[in-house]
Amino acid sequence: MMLSKGLKRKREEEEEEPEKEALAVDTWWLDPRLPAVAQAPPAVPSNSLLDLSVLKLHHSLRQSEPDLRHLVLLVNTLRRIQASVEPEATLPSVPSPPEAPGVAADSLLASSDAALSASMASLLEDLSHIEGLSQAPQPLVDEGPPGRPSGGAPPGLGALDLLGPATGCLLDDELEGLFEDIDTSMYDSELWAPASEGLKPGPEDGPGKEEGLELDEAQLDYLLDVLVGTQALERPPGPGR
Amino acid sequence: MAISRGLAGRTVPEAADIISTVEFNHTGELLATGDKGGRVVIFQREPESKNAPHSQGEYDVYSTFQSHEPEFDYLKSLEIEEKINKIKWLPQQNAAHSLLSTNDKTIKLWKITERDKRPEGYNLKDEEGKLKDLSTVTSLQVPVLKPMDLMVEVSPRRVFANGHTYHINSISVNSDCETYMSADDLRINLWHLAITDRSFNIVDIKPANMEDLTEVITASEFHPHHCNLFVYSSSKGSLRLCDMRAAALCDKHSKLFEEPEDPSNRSFFSEIISSVSDVKFSHSGRYMLTRDYLTVKVWDLNMEARPIETYQVHDYLRSKLCSLYENDCIFDKFECAWNGSDSVIMTGAYNNFFRMFDRNTKRDVTLEASRESSKPRAVLKPRRVCVGGKRRRDDISVDSLDFTKKILHTAWHPAENIIAIAATNNLYIFQDKVNSEMH
Repeated sequence: MMLSKGLKRKREEEEEEPEKEALAVDTWWLDPRLPAVAQAPPAVPSNSLLDLSVLKLHHSLRQSEPDLRHLVLLVNTLRRIQASVEPEATLPSVPSPPEAPGVAADSLLASSDAALSASMASLLEDLSHIEGLSQAPQPLVDEGPPGRPSGGAPPGLGALDLLGPATGCLLDDELEGLFEDIDTSMYDSELWAPASEGLKPGPEDGPGKEEGLELDEAQLDYLLDVLVGTQALERPPGPGR
Repeated sequence: MAISRGLAGRTVPEAADIISTVEFNHTGELLATGDKGGRVVIFQREPESKNAPHSQGEYDVYSTFQSHEPEFDYLKSLEIEEKINKIKWLPQQNAAHSLLSTNDKTIKLWKITERDKRPEGYNLKDEEGKLKDLSTVTSLQVPVLKPMDLMVEVSPRRVFANGHTYHINSISVNSDCETYMSADDLRINLWHLAITDRSFNIVDIKPANMEDLTEVITASEFHPHHCNLFVYSSSKGSLRLCDMRAAALCDKHSKLFEEPEDPSNRSFFSEIISSVSDVKFSHSGRYMLTRDYLTVKVWDLNMEARPIETYQVHDYLRSKLCSLYENDCIFDKFECAWNGSDSVIMTGAYNNFFRMFDRNTKRDVTLEASRESSKPRAVLKPRRVCVGGKRRRDDISVDSLDFTKKILHTAWHPAENIIAIAATNNLYIFQDKVNSEMH
């Protein structure tokens, strides 16, 4: 998933593609000219609705500044759809075409969804990482990873577990792979960074809302990436160096 | 009366001309509109004159100014749109008018003053303003004020910047006339009108882990009379009434207004269509009006369990939700409005239709804001959407509705039956001269 600065320049072209893909999706039952009876949403969504939602989410995430309301509503709707599809979304080790093509398709979908949800999870997590950065950097050294109830699960899962418990091990590699793929120069620009937050003086009556103090391993990794990967960045040496 | 804001001769509406907000001031004398290009246009109602019975209190352009410019945030490599999201008038306290206008990130306070007199007879300057040759000045005179052509001057008095990380969706002036609040997707800030370098955060629903984010703030408003109370709505369809006296951070609501989901209408899109796009207190302060995708609801502040009234705006779309999801129309945010006496409510729909509901008679009407269907001063003809079955003449079928023509922004004069309807880049102002009753 591309998040580099260059994305903005290419945005216009890239905006076209997802739209065309969305329209190419099963349109027969999206045809408004069909009588109302046929329009009643089925108890189990067709793959087209799932595809459509995933495409929309992907498209929304690729905006330089996604509309948060749109994103949240999409994600929640996608969760609902996935929740009904889930019983079929088990990952067979070798999908056998003659026996269960539907299951294979669902599992492929599930794995691509997992990648997407991992992207989304990492993006949403980036938000909190970046906010933590712009606030007091000093506590980073002293505070170890706090007691985050993650257990063995990678930080990217959390509430998105329902999207595929079987894909848990996939996500481990996916997350690592994601960060390897991403050009670290993207961390130059603090996406959605509340630079303004750091600058805002005066009383902020928010007890217990200091994100800078809540850290975990992933956040430290991220920091290291920033510090190591961006030599051009003119920041004072961060903690840990 | 229809006022077109597009340039004459243009068939394709200019994107920058798309009206993004409409707001009457407290007397109804002035009407402000904001557009996608960051401009504000203020209309003033002409006083009714016996000499010109045709211009019975019609609105003419009073002032136009550029409120916001596009900005580029170099740190985040993002463009900040200049589109005006909301305008709110301050109660008038002297000869000048003031309003707040906001884009996604910055709120500005504008002062609008009139100048209709000019001093003449300076001792040191001549009429053109050039310095006089002092040797020609033999006596002193007192400059006198002479009338001049009316000049409307607009100046920015305050800029409230850097208060919001996310996109501002609402602003609301407090009844104390000293403070106002601004809300973005996750936070609400309280500002003092005279102080621009700081604000108080009064609501923060940002989760510790952004991946746990499931709900955003969609609209908020101060109570019209109680300066300590305000309400905010969410994308999950709930309303939270908060009391600023209870705590500095109003994360705990005083009241939570939520209607349980109707199991017979449950679908994958239930949450999206329950998302509240607008919330307005009644003038009395006793009720709240909310708009979600298919309905408008009236809530009694004393009853949290469910709304006291629900009106279907366009229920025929309920079976089309999947198509509307595909073309993103299901995410459209419509506004709603009360009339001055809180007896009629209004909201926009598609195909340039807007709907009015009389709370007393329970009658409703669908009207259209378009040049084709309304000549100036002609009576608007009620429209009907037919869903199948018997079709009357002039009915529109659901499938021929134009979903690109949406009436998102509407406003009602605070006292009279005058409404302002924004249809893309055109502003329509309708007046009910005959009677004040809905029929």
